[in-house]
Amino acid sequence: MTEKTVALTTGNKGVPASAGEKSLATRDDTLYIAPPVDIFETEDALTVVADLPGVPRDAVDIRVEDNILTIKGRAEYDPSGQTLREEFGLQGYFRQFQLSDAVDQDRITAESRNGVLTITLPKAEKTKPRQIEVKVG
Amino acid sequence: MSLVSFDVFDEMERMRREIDRILGEDRTSSWSFPFSRISFLPGRAYRAYPLMNIGEDQDNFYVDALAPGLDRDTLSVSVTGDQLVISGEKKPLPKSVNSELVHRSERSAGKFSRTLSLSSAVDSKKVEAAYVDGVLKIVLPKMEAAKPKQIAVKVG
Repeated sequence: MTEKTVALTTGNKGVPASAGEKSLATRDDTLYIAPPVDIFETEDALTVVADLPGVPRDAVDIRVEDNILTIKGRAEYDPSGQTLREEFGLQGYFRQFQLSDAVDQDRITAESRNGVLTITLPKAEKTKPRQIEVKVG
Repeated sequence: MSLVSFDVFDEMERMRREIDRILGEDRTSSWSFPFSRISFLPGRAYRAYPLMNIGEDQDNFYVDALAPGLDRDTLSVSVTGDQLVISGEKKPLPKSVNSELVHRSERSAGKFSRTLSLSSAVDSKKVEAAYVDGVLKIVLPKMEAAKPKQIAVKVG
């Protein structure tokens, strides 16, 4: 699984996408943070865990298009009172990964809990290791 | 050659803290803001965790801490006078995961504790904390004595 770096464009105004590459996202005026992720593999699946603090469950947008997994989230956060110290700002999250054919894209599931998003990408049947018996005749 | 052991990483870390301390005195000023997040050596260097936003109005202090994926059982918020202590633990990946099969490991994990001094005492009995979507929001009501009083000026 490799990280996908797609040129984000704004039609005519922005930088054009590199030749031959379809732009998969449109940049609006908001800023995005690439959320930190853990990616690990088990026998049946690949799991992506991403930290998206401040994003409510229904503001998470996960999609798979052209073998590209896109994680998007919109944080809802309003600081209260008059600011004394500001160490973080919360806006949007955005990150993309290139998937291989080894992922069964129809069975991808996602769960969000306490600002942590867990995406399970089951491996396609054909790529699971299979023990082949050697018959000695 | 000096016999005193010299660890270049410790020296860099000390320097970084010193810079942080100088710049951190006023983190709301715009130019010092990005420096508060720089960590020379991620993973090794000390860094304030969780990151906090602090606000104030006439009656309350508002502390918001960015701490996704905490174990609710280990999360603790305590207040003594004007000191606020937040501590907890962020769980690492389950042990069952074979380290050879980890493709990326960017999320930090471990125990943390952060202490904050507020500018006036708060009423520890009325402090409220909520943990929503990975953001810990704490409302700390000020003590009556610390609240500003409007004094009417009599014109005689």
